[in-house]
Amino acid sequence: MLHLVNKSPFYTDSLNSCLKFAAKGTPVLLIEDGVYGAMSGTSLEPKMTEVMKDHPVYVLKEDVMARGIANPIQGVKEIDYTGFVELAEQHRTCTWS
Amino acid sequence: MKFGILVQEGPYHHQSSDSAYQFVKAAMDKGHEIVGVFFYHDGVINSTKLTDPQQDDRHIQKRWSEIGEKGVDLVVCIAAAKRRGINDDVLAPGFRISGLGQLTEMAIKADKFITFGA
Amino acid sequence: MSEPTKIMFMMRKAPYGTIYSFEGLEAVLIMGAYEQDISLLFVDDGVYSIKKGMDTSALGIKDFSPTFRVLDGYDIEKLYIDKESMETRGLTLDDFVVEPEVLDKDQIAKLMEEQDVVFPF
Repeated sequence: MLHLVNKSPFYTDSLNSCLKFAAKGTPVLLIEDGVYGAMSGTSLEPKMTEVMKDHPVYVLKEDVMARGIANPIQGVKEIDYTGFVELAEQHRTCTWS
Repeated sequence: MKFGILVQEGPYHHQSSDSAYQFVKAAMDKGHEIVGVFFYHDGVINSTKLTDPQQDDRHIQKRWSEIGEKGVDLVVCIAAAKRRGINDDVLAPGFRISGLGQLTEMAIKADKFITFGA
Repeated sequence: MSEPTKIMFMMRKAPYGTIYSFEGLEAVLIMGAYEQDISLLFVDDGVYSIKKGMDTSALGIKDFSPTFRVLDGYDIEKLYIDKESMETRGLTLDDFVVEPEVLDKDQIAKLMEEQDVVFPF
């Protein structure tokens, strides 16, 4: 299952809930304000680095660009909408908002 | 592949309608079929033809209507629409108002179903 | 006849403050009529939507919690609740209008992986 998170982790607990229930190995895609969770230099960075041992973490490039924060944590994969569609072809989706 | 889409939020207020639109467009560009887009909660507000944004902004309703003209079924939930003042009088081209049964059928028909919102 | 679609409603939001939980329940009731494999999962603030003792009369908002009690009449019998969400909020099974099966996070992760569609409300 592909997990979509669209809220900033500094605003709601949606990312935490998602990570709590996401089965090991399942991909997590951060979109909209969710992309703030994958930026380096935040208090969340060590946790996200740990998370990436169990889950591939993606951010939506268009949302990252829009927010002027083009410095994802090392290991986070940037994809565009075409990449999003490709992930959605391979997985069923659960949205955490 | 067949995708079904649920939009839970109103236009402009929340990015989810924009995200759903961008996803649908990218999926159609890749040759996928969209079995339907279901508008629920404040998502029903995407369907009013009274939408009149400033000229330098995107026109969210018109973008959806264009998707509808390409043959994608844009379904507005009747129960959610009625309580928000959306009916056939204000419905934009390409949309239709119907029941939650349509969401069920999209969920059954689609290979993959994606929710945008809340 | 093809296999029924496995559809999970993931109730994550509290009632009244927003409409997601109420309209989510309306969707559950309709889908119950389609003979699919429906389940309801209460996690995070979604557990508050089945709290006993609600009285919304002073707000003038409809109390929809009694509807959860009649779900089995709509062929929806699979109700689950996240143990941690319940305990974090100081609640036990006695606090609810229905009796969902209590699952831990690993059981929920497994259940989610079995679904064809997950609707979050």
